[in-house]
Amino acid sequence: MLDTSSRFPTLPPAPGVGYKPQHFKEILDASRPVEWLEIHAENYMGDGGRPLAQLRHLADRFPISVHGVGLSIGGEERLDPDHLSRLTHLCNWLQPASFSEHLAWSTHDSHFLNDLLPLPYTSSTLQRVCDHIDEVQEALGRQMLLENPSSYLAFDESTYAETEFLSEIAHRTGCGLLLDVNNVFVSATNLGLDPRAYIDAFPIEKVGEIHLGGHDEDEDDHGAPLLIDSHGREVADPVWALLDHVLERSGPRPLLIEWDADIPEWPALAAEAARAAGALERVPA
Amino acid sequence: MSKTMKTAAIAGAMTAALAAHSTPAVAMEKEKCYGVSLAGENDCKAGAGTTCAGSSTVDYQGNAWTLVDAGTCAEIDLPGDRMGSLEPLDRDLPS
Amino acid sequence: MSVDQRQFHDALWDNARDAPAGLRDGQGRPAGARFSVYRNNVAVGLTEALEVSFPAIVKLIGPENFKKVAGVFLRQHPPKSPLIMVYGTEFPVFLESFQPLNHIGYLPDVARLEQALRESYHAADATPIDPGNLANLSEEELTATRMTFAPSARLICSHWPVHAIWAYNLEDGAPKPANVAQDVFITRPDFDPQCHPLSKESGVFFASLLLGNSIGEAFEDAAETSSEFDLAAVLTLLLDTQAITAIHSEV
Repeated sequence: MLDTSSRFPTLPPAPGVGYKPQHFKEILDASRPVEWLEIHAENYMGDGGRPLAQLRHLADRFPISVHGVGLSIGGEERLDPDHLSRLTHLCNWLQPASFSEHLAWSTHDSHFLNDLLPLPYTSSTLQRVCDHIDEVQEALGRQMLLENPSSYLAFDESTYAETEFLSEIAHRTGCGLLLDVNNVFVSATNLGLDPRAYIDAFPIEKVGEIHLGGHDEDEDDHGAPLLIDSHGREVADPVWALLDHVLERSGPRPLLIEWDADIPEWPALAAEAARAAGALERVPA
Repeated sequence: MSKTMKTAAIAGAMTAALAAHSTPAVAMEKEKCYGVSLAGENDCKAGAGTTCAGSSTVDYQGNAWTLVDAGTCAEIDLPGDRMGSLEPLDRDLPS
Repeated sequence: MSVDQRQFHDALWDNARDAPAGLRDGQGRPAGARFSVYRNNVAVGLTEALEVSFPAIVKLIGPENFKKVAGVFLRQHPPKSPLIMVYGTEFPVFLESFQPLNHIGYLPDVARLEQALRESYHAADATPIDPGNLANLSEEELTATRMTFAPSARLICSHWPVHAIWAYNLEDGAPKPANVAQDVFITRPDFDPQCHPLSKESGVFFASLLLGNSIGEAFEDAAETSSEFDLAAVLTLLLDTQAITAIHSEV
């Protein structure tokens, strides 16, 4: 059926885009700047039909990153064995170049909350997240990447900074990290932190992939800016500037443009990927 | 209908069906892959730039709940109760 | 103060509750409306998923009404699976018991049709039989033959003109529905589910086959319903739509 076992073993340090079915034709016809694709794992867990057929074609041409949004790695409950089994099946079949998930939870009491919900950074949540990552990496037989979240609020009880928390997870489990630069900018703005200091404290050598996406602007109860990780527009200029700061530290890395709402025609997405290519070209390898 | 008549009728119908059956031309598989999704999808975006759209409490109190805009159901005139006046459809099947 | 996921979860579904204590903005003040970002994400995300999956219902009752109905539904039926593609399977049954819409009697059946189309879209691929296998059977074998249908095949039975109502809302130029009952057979020869409206007796034939009855038994069921039953036409439909994946003939 599909043999991608050694065709694309890793993601290239080049621009990629989040795959949307409406861009299927353009992507297969496109050449540079898009060199790899990311899919949301859950959308390819059906039994058959067009989604899997499209994926077969795309995997022939492009390295694929499988990005999960429903595993609830930060959940208090055990990982859903059915969902982990579906994920294992997908990764065994597709042999993707990368698998990543989020530092977040979404399932409680068998209810799936369809969002990436935040968790406090304490020694007990650290242990739980590490146990879940161990379980995922064992089931998949591969290293995974863990993504930093967008934060809209903070927990009283947290005793770790997010960068410390992620460093410790990577150290204990051997997982890599996915650095979402827009999430850093959104969280720093929302919580009154310095985004460049966050980047400087981030364990940059663990970064296997970088995300960029657009955000919306809102206000909280006190009129303070509240940025929302909406993925519904172009990447904001201050986020591009922050990316340059990241790349100075990290060197070239696989760089993904995410656009999940108000999805544009292909040329607008390709233009964002071209801008990402420009940022990568400015960095010494 | 006797068993013999039934068997003969079925065999005749199958002969007619096999004759009428046309195998559709096989298009390139990639071409068939074009098309958008029919179902909702997972993603990792946050809601569209507002904290209020989903947080208003839905005020549902049985009969007091009112429809605020008109959909096409107002254009479709189907009198009679659910089981009552409807007649079976009498038409040819698409072939 | 600590906030566990039960507290977070319960407050997320109940807009009347305050955000859990122990959640702060960056300045140490209570999180307040910041918590509503998560409420919004969940409710809007699930509403959008229902809108994509039930487009004819959106048109029939209007988009604003649909959002309100979705808001009631998603709180009564939160997703039980992380697969948003399957969210809303209870929506047709929910509509049956949702009093404010009871005057639109056909809504649940139209929702059932849309649900079946979605299931068909994601169903497993399957290889149809070679029609020649049917040509080689004796008359007795043919009469006793039972069929396995493709995983993407679905049958919707209705007392309403369910296909005509669905088409009127989603297809350009489709006529206003006439007041006649329709059953609908759904097939997916490639990747796009197709609707085939059926007469009542043809619907009875398909329902009987799907129960595992033989062609002979299904034929009798359909002929009892109406003398107009056209067996050749429905067999042609089955072959043309590649809906049969196996036949089992025992005399």
